[in-house]
Amino acid sequence: MKKIINNPDNVVDEMLKGIIAAHPSYVKRVEGFEVLVRANAPQPKVALVSGGGSGHEPSHGGFVGKGMLDGAVAGAVFTSPTPDQVYEAIKAVDGGKGVLLVVKNYTGDVMNFEMAAEMAAEEGITVEHVVVNDDVAVEDSTWTTGRRGIAGTVLIHKIAGAKAEAGGDLQEVKRVAEKVIANVKSMGMALTTCTVPAAGKPSFVLGDDEVEIGMGIHGEPGTHRETLRSANDTVDHLLGKVLEDLSLDKDDEVAVMVNGLGGTPIMELYVANLRVAEVLAEKGIRIAKTYVGNYMTSLDMAGFSVTVLKLDAELKDLLFAPADTPALVQN
Amino acid sequence: MAATVSSFISAINDSITSNKVFLTDLDGVIGDADHGINMTRGFNAAVLKVTEEDSDVGATLKKVGMTLISTVGGASGPLYGTAFMKAGGEAVGKTALDGETISKMWLAALEGIKARGKATLGEKTMIDAIEPAMEAFNKAMGEGATIEEGLDKAIEAAEVGIEYTKTIRATKGRASYLGDRSIGHQDPGATSFTIILKTITDHYKKEVLGV
Repeated sequence: MKKIINNPDNVVDEMLKGIIAAHPSYVKRVEGFEVLVRANAPQPKVALVSGGGSGHEPSHGGFVGKGMLDGAVAGAVFTSPTPDQVYEAIKAVDGGKGVLLVVKNYTGDVMNFEMAAEMAAEEGITVEHVVVNDDVAVEDSTWTTGRRGIAGTVLIHKIAGAKAEAGGDLQEVKRVAEKVIANVKSMGMALTTCTVPAAGKPSFVLGDDEVEIGMGIHGEPGTHRETLRSANDTVDHLLGKVLEDLSLDKDDEVAVMVNGLGGTPIMELYVANLRVAEVLAEKGIRIAKTYVGNYMTSLDMAGFSVTVLKLDAELKDLLFAPADTPALVQN
Repeated sequence: MAATVSSFISAINDSITSNKVFLTDLDGVIGDADHGINMTRGFNAAVLKVTEEDSDVGATLKKVGMTLISTVGGASGPLYGTAFMKAGGEAVGKTALDGETISKMWLAALEGIKARGKATLGEKTMIDAIEPAMEAFNKAMGEGATIEEGLDKAIEAAEVGIEYTKTIRATKGRASYLGDRSIGHQDPGATSFTIILKTITDHYKKEVLGV
């Protein structure tokens, strides 16, 4: 294992301190907890709290700021944060208008965030939560835990965050978040494995010319393995699966996110994005906004995911609303 | 002879810690490769929270449960934390346990896990070891067995449960995403439970019975 770390046990703490050292005008630490909140929290508005295991940077702390998140909870690497941590985030950001928790659909995350919501409710804080499940690689059926939450989560932060910033009440912010969840689909693939610092060795092994299609963001296996194909063929497969699930018509408007998993050159993301743009153009689908970069990563994994969000007038307005966070600035 | 609750927790910590890599590797195959790491972090913390002075079994187990909830994370934290808290709830004020109390604790823990995880038997989870083990213990005790004989029967049943998890596809937890690819691999949660059960049994035989 070659990593720029001092001690695997201190990675999350040192990362959070490093974020604050870089962005003191944006974020501060809830002392004693692995929680970042807006430097000027609480705000007199509905507050958004997201989080999950660490290793997905800039998610989630990088999106704490005006127009997106009020708090982000950082668990151990790839491990859901514990209920007491989430509870502290809720308490720190609640400005009296209630708190919306954005939870990705993993068994641990759902349980820990639900327990935190129960704790906060006992203290009289109004808490709602939404569960993001944008990953079309895995089946959504009664035979699984349901689809996983991956890069589409960032668009929920952006749009629900804008709604909260505009003064929406808790139910309105939740409704908008759920509308995004219903209309956002993603799928990813990996070229290489990733290494959890505390484990010290790769989470799985891929052959030299082998890729994993449908890879999640924790190094958990995807749908199948195959021999590496061209960027265009790979995008066609991923985007095809995403579009199967979205029922888009000609002239529909979408937002696109081509997301790197941490170890992918930005150059390759743009190569992939070109194909996404071509395919959507062929279908007469209009791209209102494109995000290309590392938004929801998986440590040092090489690979990417494609996310498409179907927009309506409301979602488009909120998507284009200003945001000012360490990892996303939009004017 | 008697053994303190803290000595049991310490024994569990030792066996979980020495199985850290094994449990993490099992999880790496069908999950997200953190089970051993998380469980070790949790029991390392739990050991520091309990002392020889903690004589109330129920209160001590609750303290262990709270510690696991706040240190383990993932799915195992809420599940094992809930299990210890629910089991502790059946043993408040007790400084020694009889077979009947153990049965009640076991059932409360199992029901807590099922409610928190919204899971049931046959979904390739820790329940596939915990439930048959409890039933084997109860059956043995009903037939007049001693506690150590009941625990031995429970271990046998838990091990059969682990083998059973290899034959089925996961429908709960992260392994469920693998579909049929999860078949052939044992469930890490069923495995860690069985390690804990074996440790409790060994410690009981050694420290309480002096065998």
